[in-house]
Amino acid sequence: MIIHAIFFYLFAGVTVASAVMVIAARNPVHSVLFLILAFVNAAGLFVLLGAEFLAMILIVVYVGAVAVLFLFVVMMLDVDFAQLRQGFLNYLPVGALIGAVLLAELLLVVGGWAIAPATTPTAAPIVANVSNTAALGLVLYTRYVYFFEAAGVILLVAMIGAIVMTLHHKPQVRRQNIAEQVARRPSSAVELVEVKPGQGLS
Amino acid sequence: MIIGLGHYLSVAAILFTLGIFGIFLNRKNVIIILMSIELILLAVNIDLVAFSSFLGDIVGQVYALIVLTVAAAEAAIGLAILVAYFRNRGSIAVEDINLLKG
Repeated sequence: MIIHAIFFYLFAGVTVASAVMVIAARNPVHSVLFLILAFVNAAGLFVLLGAEFLAMILIVVYVGAVAVLFLFVVMMLDVDFAQLRQGFLNYLPVGALIGAVLLAELLLVVGGWAIAPATTPTAAPIVANVSNTAALGLVLYTRYVYFFEAAGVILLVAMIGAIVMTLHHKPQVRRQNIAEQVARRPSSAVELVEVKPGQGLS
Repeated sequence: MIIGLGHYLSVAAILFTLGIFGIFLNRKNVIIILMSIELILLAVNIDLVAFSSFLGDIVGQVYALIVLTVAAAEAAIGLAILVAYFRNRGSIAVEDINLLKG
């Protein structure tokens, strides 16, 4: 139990500290790297909670895809980030005020609230003697299969949208037109000219 | 020293607040704003998984999976908009994005 507590405070502390660094770092590349650190430690929290599958998915999806996407975009855009940080301190008071109010409200809600476990009905109780991945699969592909398919459609729409928005054709570039090449016939491409000897082509 | 539901919810509350705070703090930098939104969604995920674990109900993890999907799609679309905008205007400052203001 003490090991559990130690690891909880380790993961929680590093997560919160790196979240602070995400919003406070001067260099956006450092922000992305701290975001990766925050996600890895949140995955540790998920493991402590017994959700191993989601922990691994968090690492694969976020560290493997989203964070690399952020890194690509940060490095691709040629932006003066120091100029974007002008007025950083102007927004600090109002941001701190709203943040403090929000945090106080959330912690009051968490602190002044109790669950009666016996009376809360469970929609799909966690099956004993089954690994977390298998237990998730047992409900995900049966009762919540429409959610699963909706998630797939969301990803498809996002993929098509991202491609459509970023792909653009330059008008000067000559591209291969396969239909035109296939439709080319000798009658339209070759002209037979009978040349008389000694006269040449005029 | 038993770690209960309240501990996890407190961590999620702090992360959520830091995300909101980051949006206010980096008003000019869209990339940091997108990262703050990712932090907020991570806080929501921690909440869902904590409730799922402590109430013994696997459905919370199903919802966390859906939130994860939506977060990934949102990041992809947001960054695509950012790249397209930068290509057209040569800047990503939030104050310059006022074409729709009329």
